[in-house]
Amino acid sequence: MSDASTSAKGDLKLTNVTKSFGEFTAVDNLSLVIPEGSFFALLGPSGCGKTTTLRMIAGLETPTTGTIFVGDTEITDMRPYKRPVNTVFQNYALFPHLSIFENVAFGLRRRGVKDKDVTEQVEKVLNLVELPHLAQRKPTQLSGGQQQRIAVARAIVNRPALLLLDEPLGALDLKLRRQMQIELKWIQTEVGLTFVHVTHDQEEAMTMADTIAVMNEGRIEQMGSPADLYDNPKTAFVANFLGQSNLIQGKIVDSDGDSHVVDLYGQKVSVLKRRTVAKDSSVLFGIRPEKLRIQPDSHDKPGNVLIGGKISDVSYIGVSTQYQVEMPWGQEIMVFEQNDDGIPPLDKGDEVRLSWEPIFSFALNGHEDAQAGVDVEPEAE
Amino acid sequence: MTLTVAPVKKPRSRKIGMPYLLLLPGMLWLITFFLIPILTLVKTSVNMDLKNYDPTSAATGSFWGNFWEAFRTHEAPFARSFIYALAATLIALCIAYPLAYGIAFKAGRWKNVLLVLVVAPFFTSFILRTIAWKQILGQQGPVFHLLLNLHLVTYQSHITASAGAVIAGLSYNFLPFMTLPLYSSLERIDPRTLEASGDLYANAFTTFRKVTLPLSLPGVVAGTLLTFIPAAGDYVNAEILGNPSTTMIGNVINAQFLRTSNYTLAAALSFVFMVMIIGIVLFYISRAGTEELV
Repeated sequence: MSDASTSAKGDLKLTNVTKSFGEFTAVDNLSLVIPEGSFFALLGPSGCGKTTTLRMIAGLETPTTGTIFVGDTEITDMRPYKRPVNTVFQNYALFPHLSIFENVAFGLRRRGVKDKDVTEQVEKVLNLVELPHLAQRKPTQLSGGQQQRIAVARAIVNRPALLLLDEPLGALDLKLRRQMQIELKWIQTEVGLTFVHVTHDQEEAMTMADTIAVMNEGRIEQMGSPADLYDNPKTAFVANFLGQSNLIQGKIVDSDGDSHVVDLYGQKVSVLKRRTVAKDSSVLFGIRPEKLRIQPDSHDKPGNVLIGGKISDVSYIGVSTQYQVEMPWGQEIMVFEQNDDGIPPLDKGDEVRLSWEPIFSFALNGHEDAQAGVDVEPEAE
Repeated sequence: MTLTVAPVKKPRSRKIGMPYLLLLPGMLWLITFFLIPILTLVKTSVNMDLKNYDPTSAATGSFWGNFWEAFRTHEAPFARSFIYALAATLIALCIAYPLAYGIAFKAGRWKNVLLVLVVAPFFTSFILRTIAWKQILGQQGPVFHLLLNLHLVTYQSHITASAGAVIAGLSYNFLPFMTLPLYSSLERIDPRTLEASGDLYANAFTTFRKVTLPLSLPGVVAGTLLTFIPAAGDYVNAEILGNPSTTMIGNVINAQFLRTSNYTLAAALSFVFMVMIIGIVLFYISRAGTEELV
């Protein structure tokens, strides 16, 4: 077969893709380029449109408007079986009536690959996932982790331009999931295919992907490398969904060189201009809990400081201590402190001040909801 | 403080007895209503010598002789029973498969309503439904009128009282027995395996051939058996929708028992028929090889 299923190669381009189910817009005017050979993650809470996006790429849904290209080949309305795309399904969807060998060989046989080559390629990919000894078993005789690897093998044996992974590790327990994350990443490097991975697990996305697109309500909130997203969130949703953030309502009152001076309920702090996303003077001043330092209030230390805090809760976790500090304006601020200085943790009720290196703070548009992405259900299962 | 050791009871004896106790009612039922009648049937079938049949004589027949005699003299009804049942099974399969497929995959919220409709005919009596078919296929009925308008029949012809009518009646009456097992096996298929098949370069037809059909085979086997066995033994359809040259073995047995009162022949025929059905079923199951699927 000399159709797109084997020939199309290149970047995946989604342009102005919208998908509506009746009144509900699952994916809203989404444009996206996924470079060839990258490990790309679509990350977001349940119902954010990430799975719908994946299904449109796979051909299991048709976009209401917009186009999808692989390289120069348009695949928007192409039937699934003609696409240069293979999917690793949630819960694997292995064929229960076929042996592991025939499961993996399924795609090759459909494309008319010769028996001899089928055997060779299937054996090769079973070696890659380290399960050649299970070739004659049936899927039900395999453990969850083994089935998962067979599902990956069944897809990559076809050498698709794109491999789609739909929450592939969702059904595995935590330990196995960590192990499979490393293994999948290794397989991707080994075979050099483009992987598009859909997940609600931010840690999973950050461990595996080169590039993450954070999705919320059918739109991409922000796209970038894991470190970039974590360090430079552009919206409150990203700041809260990837890790935790303290977001404090404030106002830009002055500018000083490459910094803004921000007033937070009467206390003045600074934030770098290049780390500020604001429409006007109203901002959400952000700082990650592990970037904060906590000291007794009498302590004198220069730099960015907020005074007048009172510890309302202490959780000792071994490597670190987590504090909740109530600020004079009533907001609770999270602080993670490494237990590496030999000083015993502070007590509940202690008066404290919080300080940080100015480069760690960021500022977001002050008209956003500071709670966006805080309490979203990761996955309604 | 003194430790009092509670006397250790022996729960084992009770636990071992319990399953047998639970089996008892069923076993008694089977012995009374299945095993004893079968033995009686075998005994009855050699009561008299069928080859030299003489109701006034006290001579008993030989075991194999009587069965052979019963079979030899009724080859045609035996053959018709199996041919009609086979035809009805195939027709029912062709009707029931798309129906069950539709209910399982396409019916959405109408699923339960449609399932009730499949079973709904059971709310009226079997004989009444078969008589209704006589009206439907009769000269005043819609089928005849349609065929008349298509110039496929004339006013002089009839479609009732024929082998076709018997087969039509059989396929209709046992359709739910075909539909329900098919539905339950199709319904169990994970739709994601079908999506996976499409994802792995199989078009809709190949997906059906390579995934849906093999996964529904247990339902096909169960449905065909549940249709074929009662259809082969049926005599109501041949009685109401057939003619004297479409008699099935059920009609012969019925007549021998109730009209001619030749109990020996009726019993011998029943026994031969039972053995043949068991043979066919065992052969079919061994060829279908479904043990790997269930």
